Amino acid sequence: MSDTFLLDGEEVPFAPGQSVLQAALAAGRYIPHLCYHPEFKPHGSCKVCTVRIGRRTAASCTLPAQAGLEVESDCDEMNDLRRTLVQMLFAEGNHFCPSCEKSGNCMLQALGADLGVLTAGFRHFFPNRPVDASHPDILLDFNRCILCELCVRASCEVDEKCVFALSGRGIDKHLVVNAASGRLADTDIALSDKAVEVCPVGVILKKRVGFATPIGERRYDRRPISAQALDDAPRTAQNASVRE
Amino acid sequence: MNDDVRAELAAIVARHGDDATRLVQMLRDVQDALHWIPPLAIDELAERLGLPRARIEGVAGFYAFLHTDAPCRYRVLFSDNITDRMQGNQELMAYLCERLWVEPGRVSEDGLVCVDTTSCTGLCDQGPGLLVNGWAIPRASRAVLDRIADLIVAGQPVAQWPADLFVIDDNIRRSDMLLGHDLMPGDALRAALTRGAGVDAEAPANERSWREANVHAAPGPLATLEEIKRSNLRGRGGAGFTTGLKWEACRNAPATPRYVVCNADEGEPGTFKDRVLLTRQADLVFEGMTVCAYVIGARHGLLYLRGEYRHLLRPLQAVLARRRAANLLGTGILGVKGFDFDIDLHLGAGAYVCGEESALIESLEGKRGIPRNRPPYPVTHGYLQKPTTVNNVETFCAAALIARHGGDWYRAVGTAKSAGTKLLSVSGDCARPGIYEYPFGVTVRQVLADCGAEDTLAVQISGPSGVCIAGDEFDRRIAFEDLATAGAFMVFDRSRDLFEVARNFAHFFAHESCGFCTPCRVGTSMLKATMDKIAAGQGTQYDLAEIEQLDRVLHQSAHCGLGHTACNPTLDTLKRFRPTFERRLKSLDFVPAFDLDGALAAARRMTGRDDAGAHLSAELER
Repeated sequence: MSDTFLLDGEEVPFAPGQSVLQAALAAGRYIPHLCYHPEFKPHGSCKVCTVRIGRRTAASCTLPAQAGLEVESDCDEMNDLRRTLVQMLFAEGNHFCPSCEKSGNCMLQALGADLGVLTAGFRHFFPNRPVDASHPDILLDFNRCILCELCVRASCEVDEKCVFALSGRGIDKHLVVNAASGRLADTDIALSDKAVEVCPVGVILKKRVGFATPIGERRYDRRPISAQALDDAPRTAQNASVRE
Repeated sequence: MNDDVRAELAAIVARHGDDATRLVQMLRDVQDALHWIPPLAIDELAERLGLPRARIEGVAGFYAFLHTDAPCRYRVLFSDNITDRMQGNQELMAYLCERLWVEPGRVSEDGLVCVDTTSCTGLCDQGPGLLVNGWAIPRASRAVLDRIADLIVAGQPVAQWPADLFVIDDNIRRSDMLLGHDLMPGDALRAALTRGAGVDAEAPANERSWREANVHAAPGPLATLEEIKRSNLRGRGGAGFTTGLKWEACRNAPATPRYVVCNADEGEPGTFKDRVLLTRQADLVFEGMTVCAYVIGARHGLLYLRGEYRHLLRPLQAVLARRRAANLLGTGILGVKGFDFDIDLHLGAGAYVCGEESALIESLEGKRGIPRNRPPYPVTHGYLQKPTTVNNVETFCAAALIARHGGDWYRAVGTAKSAGTKLLSVSGDCARPGIYEYPFGVTVRQVLADCGAEDTLAVQISGPSGVCIAGDEFDRRIAFEDLATAGAFMVFDRSRDLFEVARNFAHFFAHESCGFCTPCRVGTSMLKATMDKIAAGQGTQYDLAEIEQLDRVLHQSAHCGLGHTACNPTLDTLKRFRPTFERRLKSLDFVPAFDLDGALAAARRMTGRDDAGAHLSAELER
């Protein structure tokens, strides 16, 4: 592989078809991100992975890697932006980390901690989002939804069920389930579905297993998300050697 | 009842050929037939089209004119652009609500009527505008509303309402090369077909089909493309991309079939030129699309008409039928073997963001109108992922003129970087609102003089996503070099409060954000809340700083132009008319938006109390 681009001044190799974020993660370089998941095609909605390329900015998860690109990511301007975007997500939904089962396993919380977000910084929206506890094994708590669409994509592309979709628009955009009643119990979702495990926050929760792992010993309690994301990223042998 | 719904749905789906890309059209038909989109209809569509019902629910939930909440026989929507407000739409809406005994935004208990607002309906030159079940009514007044209320109470179907209610004027005030042209239908096409005859034929590429080879072998398409390029025509939707380069890139894209799409989704508040072009110059629009099809080698065209202009649908269909009969559309156009092209009309359903070309394409495919990630661009991966040329209505008109008269003729008008003319939609505080066609380079001052504007405080150029300019800038010119515009030209005189103008635009963007990306979905709602906070007398310097922060975030990270420009009108106004903001601010660093007394409003309404004891005084709050 000969093609490379510059990320914060250091060369990053890439394979054809990779985006800047994918190439960076594969090479052991972290760019903060939220709606991106290595198993799904990037769609670039959260904008947390935004980077600067000369005079313009772009979401690095959907930005095709090109030879000679000069990408700035770990700079005050981009990190300020990311903090603000995370704050916006906290203000938009109803997030109460201390009482959330996902605390410690939550990407939004972990990203906030990593970026040094201490408050929401904006006025909270306090939206009215009833929970759906209809399903015997799975709870839906829409209060925490960040509209990343990962469950939508997983349910359609992996489970081939399309249990989830998005409706509404603007600030009224919301998750819906594939049932005329609007209740999860009336869908064909199963505990083993990819859609159940893919939620980065605490919307889709398995019932009766809450707090099995104590807070303090969870995924992002052990390692910050910036380190954990690199462990999760698919690597090529060559990329791994670049890191060493 | 359920069987009726099923039968209706079967007919609608059949009418659209069981084609899931026509989902938005089907949902429009369901809305028309049943006065809403009931859960059963979604089930039926899901079943018949083989789509997940949640996805159909998602599409129905995206568009403002599709309603899944409750049936309502008469939906009366007041256009809520700032120009409608200046013409008294709020007072009129309150009047109608009182007459019909309904609350704004809520369907009456008997399911008869619902009165609400909608984004600009493109009747700014004859407002306030109204839509009743999607049919446009101009010049709302108490007298008009009295008639409407009587018709609604009598249960008269809208199709049978008196025709004089729906008469929309064209208000053409100044014509130039476009509005004053003397082309007959087919003239531009004939010119294109004969141009370049005798030039060496381009050798067809081996992998291209027989038909492709046929079209590309003809000398005409390249010769006409050359004229379009020579004319320096730039897109009239506002962004100003060079039309010739777009057509060339699409023509050179290897995949087939290719598509021509006309963007007639003019949703920018204050713009109505496409309404007039489609009323008066429909032949020229379709001729431009056909010239484009000839140049790029397309056999299928689509015109995306904004939902607010549904009254134009039938007249446009009649024009298409006439052109087919005249062999200006269909197979073997004007006797040229292999030159096959036809145009379908697609009606929008209330979503400003669909004016963005890739969102428009998503909507054409029957999906939520979310702008795509680019690259790839529509010229290579557009409609159904095939090469697609998307141009504005006015651009196609100009292209037809260029096909007839040539590029040099066209570029002789206008300025160095802005060839030709521009249609301006003039509205607001002036004596003669309407359509003005000027060569590029005209000054704002000239336009103001021509339309009879006096004592002008500011002009909003190109709508909320454009710029607001003040008196010392009226010598600036309408041109890509200076004030690029899609055509909106809203005039405000000294009696107007520009803070309220900016606040109206902030509400517009929050309502029209598609919600795909975090910064725009959340940021536009935050901007709206901040402007409302300032309007309520609770604003501080902190809020002004927050507006600037939101602007920065939106420019840095929004997914499309809607988000990028959402703070522009607020910041323009803040920059040029800061006192109108500061007058409203408390002289404190920070005041919470949470209003203790306001929080009791629901309790007061429920108990029917409004005495002093039911209020928290300002002293108590501290």
